[in-house]
Amino acid sequence: MSARRVLIFGGIALIAGGMLFGDIFAVFVLHQNGGRTGEALLAATRAVTARDSAAVRQDFVRIGDLLEDHGTKLDAHAHMIAAGYLALLLALLQPYVALSCRSRKILAQLFVAGGLLLPLGIFFIHYVGLAYSPFSAIGWASVLADSAGALLIAALIAEVWGLWRYFRGLRPDVAEPALPPDDSWESRTLLAGGTLLILLGFLYGAWYAAFNLYEHEAREKNILTAMLNASTGNGGDATQFVGDYGRLQAEKAVDVAAHSHIIEFGLLAILLTFVQRFVFLNSRWKRFWVKLLLAGSVILPLFVLLEMHLGLIAGGIADIGGLMVLIALLGMLAGILRDTGALDAQEENAR
Amino acid sequence: MSAARKLLIFGGLALAAFGMLYGLHYALFVEHQTLDRMGGSLTTAFVDAAERNLPATQLALNNYTDTKYNYVRQVDAHSHWIGLAMVMIILGAVLERLAFSEGTRAAIALAMAIGSFSFPGAVILQTLTHRSSLSSGLAVGGSALVILAMLAAAVGFAR
Repeated sequence: MSARRVLIFGGIALIAGGMLFGDIFAVFVLHQNGGRTGEALLAATRAVTARDSAAVRQDFVRIGDLLEDHGTKLDAHAHMIAAGYLALLLALLQPYVALSCRSRKILAQLFVAGGLLLPLGIFFIHYVGLAYSPFSAIGWASVLADSAGALLIAALIAEVWGLWRYFRGLRPDVAEPALPPDDSWESRTLLAGGTLLILLGFLYGAWYAAFNLYEHEAREKNILTAMLNASTGNGGDATQFVGDYGRLQAEKAVDVAAHSHIIEFGLLAILLTFVQRFVFLNSRWKRFWVKLLLAGSVILPLFVLLEMHLGLIAGGIADIGGLMVLIALLGMLAGILRDTGALDAQEENAR
Repeated sequence: MSAARKLLIFGGLALAAFGMLYGLHYALFVEHQTLDRMGGSLTTAFVDAAERNLPATQLALNNYTDTKYNYVRQVDAHSHWIGLAMVMIILGAVLERLAFSEGTRAAIALAMAIGSFSFPGAVILQTLTHRSSLSSGLAVGGSALVILAMLAAAVGFAR
């Protein structure tokens, strides 16, 4: 298997794995974790009212634990997908990497291994904690994640060095053939759809930064101040402020998730334009996967945003959107596997 | 390969490596301490409130919001550098399909590169200059450049 194939398979597998993990996280962890964090915060306000400092500390240990559980799972999801995207990007650049065939393949394998170990390490941070760690703040899972991150950086720098050699006029002994231009319907639709999705994501991000970011930060401080005033008997209902705080966190989460997902899906769509020629399926199926992917790419961020108005129904539809993207991705991966099988059979027949 | 394409691909790879290095440095030397400080100041605010020490409560809340302000922007800069680097590399790969002259393509590539480097950089600057209008202005300018470049790319693909 050439370096490009390792990166394409590895990249798509990392993206699909990250998306599947994200869907599982959204369905089984996200809301339950939020509910438990709200309960712990409410218990902390009651402990404040009862002047029980020890109980407050205990409640915050619990809140910290829940936030770490949530944060590490979210980071594992995001890092796995980002590593997958970078692997696909490196696959595109392989014809211009002036390194030996063996070096390119080793680099590709190292990159995919780093992309797998980084989210794995992040995921285990919450469970391993500081057990048997010689460091005061960093546990063994963090060490694994940081080492995998360093591996990714090293592989990326080596690829840049290979590119630099190419532009200095050096050529590899056996080069990956450059991809011929692909002007198929699938390729054009993915390119146009992906560009539009990224643009929409950029515009939404700018709108969020201009109108929501600072307002959310100010509101968080006001709610916390009011919550503590109410808990100390200076007016208001602490339970209501805890509810307000939970709603604010949800508002922030949906804004950020909509912004990041629409851009990520746009990137994915454009990246997939380059692998369409390797998808060994008839055009009816190829078009179906493209339409499914783009439809899911719109449905997920749109219904994530509507979650604040429509509640869990919108959340469920958003999860289905994510599943549509995942299924389309797996459909294309199956086509690429068929292409690989056909190439292997041709080679065998030629021998 | 045109100069614009080289700028996008090399610039994107360099930016991705830089964003990763920043993330690694942040995870090793800053993040754990920042999270401890953030959690610690919020806990202190509640403990002070339980002891009915309201001035200390307010002080701890201020520390919490200041730390969180920095944390959010530091994490955002890391993710935006890498995300924008990927957009640069992709745009570099499909640049030849933009129905524009080489000069316009170069202008789009330059705007994308400057915006992608400066926007997250300005976000980091916000944490150092404590909400100065200069850093906010730079962030707005950088993001506007990125949006304009992407808008132009969309028009180029549509043509």
